Amino acid sequence: MSTTSTGHSTEAEAVAPAAASAPAASTSRGADPLLRATDLVKEFAVPGTGGLLGRADTFRAVDGVSLEVRARETLALVGESGSGKSTTARIVARLMDATSGEIVFDGEPVTHAKGERLRRFRSDVQVVFQDPYSSLNPRHTVERIVTAPLLYQGRQVPGGTRAFTQQLMERVGLDPDHHRRYPSQFSGGQAQRIGIARALAVSPRLVVCDEAVSALDVSVQAQIINLLRRLQREEGFSYLFIAHDLAVVRQIADRVAVMSKGRIVEQGERDAVFDDPQHEYTRTLLSAVPRIRPEWERARREAAAARAASGHAEETAKQTEEETT
Amino acid sequence: MSALLEVEDLTVTFRTAHGPVDVVDGLSFTLERGASLGIVGESGSGKSMTSLAVMGLLPPTASLRGRVSLDGAELTALPESKVRRLRGDRMAMIFQDPLSSLNPYYSVGMQIEEAYRAHRAGVTRRQARKVAVEAMERVHIADAARRVDHYPHQFSGGMRQRVMIAMALSTEPDLLIADEPTTALDVTVQAQILDLLQEVRRETGTALVLISHDLAVVSEIAEDVVVMRHGLAVEQAPAERLFSDPRHPYTRALLDAVPRIDDEIGELRAIDSIDVVGGKA
Repeated sequence: MSTTSTGHSTEAEAVAPAAASAPAASTSRGADPLLRATDLVKEFAVPGTGGLLGRADTFRAVDGVSLEVRARETLALVGESGSGKSTTARIVARLMDATSGEIVFDGEPVTHAKGERLRRFRSDVQVVFQDPYSSLNPRHTVERIVTAPLLYQGRQVPGGTRAFTQQLMERVGLDPDHHRRYPSQFSGGQAQRIGIARALAVSPRLVVCDEAVSALDVSVQAQIINLLRRLQREEGFSYLFIAHDLAVVRQIADRVAVMSKGRIVEQGERDAVFDDPQHEYTRTLLSAVPRIRPEWERARREAAAARAASGHAEETAKQTEEETT
Repeated sequence: MSALLEVEDLTVTFRTAHGPVDVVDGLSFTLERGASLGIVGESGSGKSMTSLAVMGLLPPTASLRGRVSLDGAELTALPESKVRRLRGDRMAMIFQDPLSSLNPYYSVGMQIEEAYRAHRAGVTRRQARKVAVEAMERVHIADAARRVDHYPHQFSGGMRQRVMIAMALSTEPDLLIADEPTTALDVTVQAQILDLLQEVRRETGTALVLISHDLAVVSEIAEDVVVMRHGLAVEQAPAERLFSDPRHPYTRALLDAVPRIDDEIGELRAIDSIDVVGGKA
């Protein structure tokens, strides 16, 4: 697997104009986005309605959603439960068919792709789910899990199964010696790393993260967010990042689309959406997020900065003191 | 006069195949009448076991040492029958998932009435029903007189949690323990439930113990905060002191790891590297 690591090592990850800086997207035509979804609609039949003759009532879970994911960028799709964000993600990843609408990936319509074209699309687009334990086969070893996508696609495992697995495990921060273990032998954060490794196995160009960090403890969540950002820098793929946690989105997104009741109500550059939300719903959502009082936060950060500046002498002294009590 | 809730050197031990494990290890705190305390920690920190120990709801495989006193009465020394009388009356609890705490076959009104009558001998059905409607009104369920006959599935997640709070408050308890009460809720609904808990405490004088993994949620509600890790209280302090001047390395690391909504911070700090030192100090 060739990594496409370039000079993008700054933390801020200022996103360069789409195709210009995307060596991985050599087949992209001009400034086309990597993925474009137009006017997606998904209707579900309402249970208990309709009968032999009548048509069932339908519920529009996704109602005319259009979005673009550019090369190397992270588009976050945020919303509350029932907003249609996960359904949209599933449609985009072709895990579910839309009622109507169009999906174009890398300039090629894939809405109804079948056979070889669908197979190619599936290797370009990978999904990381919220719950690693339910999305990883509990009876399969890490080795089998991460090489499965390649085998399904009838591809050779480059360098042999073990070496390939171990190399992937290292890249996602797992101990390569654990390649024959089962998902249940890993903690939640580690299991999520296996899910990420599986997605990486086929060198995808778009990774759909469906609430991929939502079930994790805050300290583990921080590690996985760091990992996701690092991998994107190294590999140059794009994320469609589905999340309900706006603070997490602020840490990872380049652009944000806010969904409510099946529609995108607001879409824009991340900082613009967070700092100057235009839609009433976005404002409600942002103001509902619980926060630690800014003055407490400021005091804490200033104290931390002061401690860092005065070296770690004080810290060490204090720890020693605590150890002796 | 003694504090409402006194927990002294509480230790909860589970017997496992690998020997005994202390999931709560020497925890002490006090809660005054009408006050609020937040217990914050990650999974496995022992925060939920602490609340179950206070309520006398530990699973049979757990053993408890130390003292828990409610209003001077030592719960840990009382027979189960006496604790049962206090539970749901003087102290009540709400959980993360209201749907699994409600019986789908009974209307919410019947369930509130049943909880109330279990602690009030001689109360008539009609009186209990009046209490149920009033309790639902107090938690701002609109049209309570009609909604009281609805079943749990006819309520949204946030409304179900309101029903649970109504049920907990029907006996006007001195202590309400809320274990991750908003974790399963959408952020806008979470804000409403947190407001409700604040309001209830203000208006009824019920003391509140809020258990949460979410530091921001705890910071909005609690006057005092206990930070737990691996069964130990690594730091306890008034909220302002804890959040503006955290002293323990783990508390500092935890606060550093919280993603912030108002700013992008470069690399989020991971916690693996932090060793807990002097946890019991």
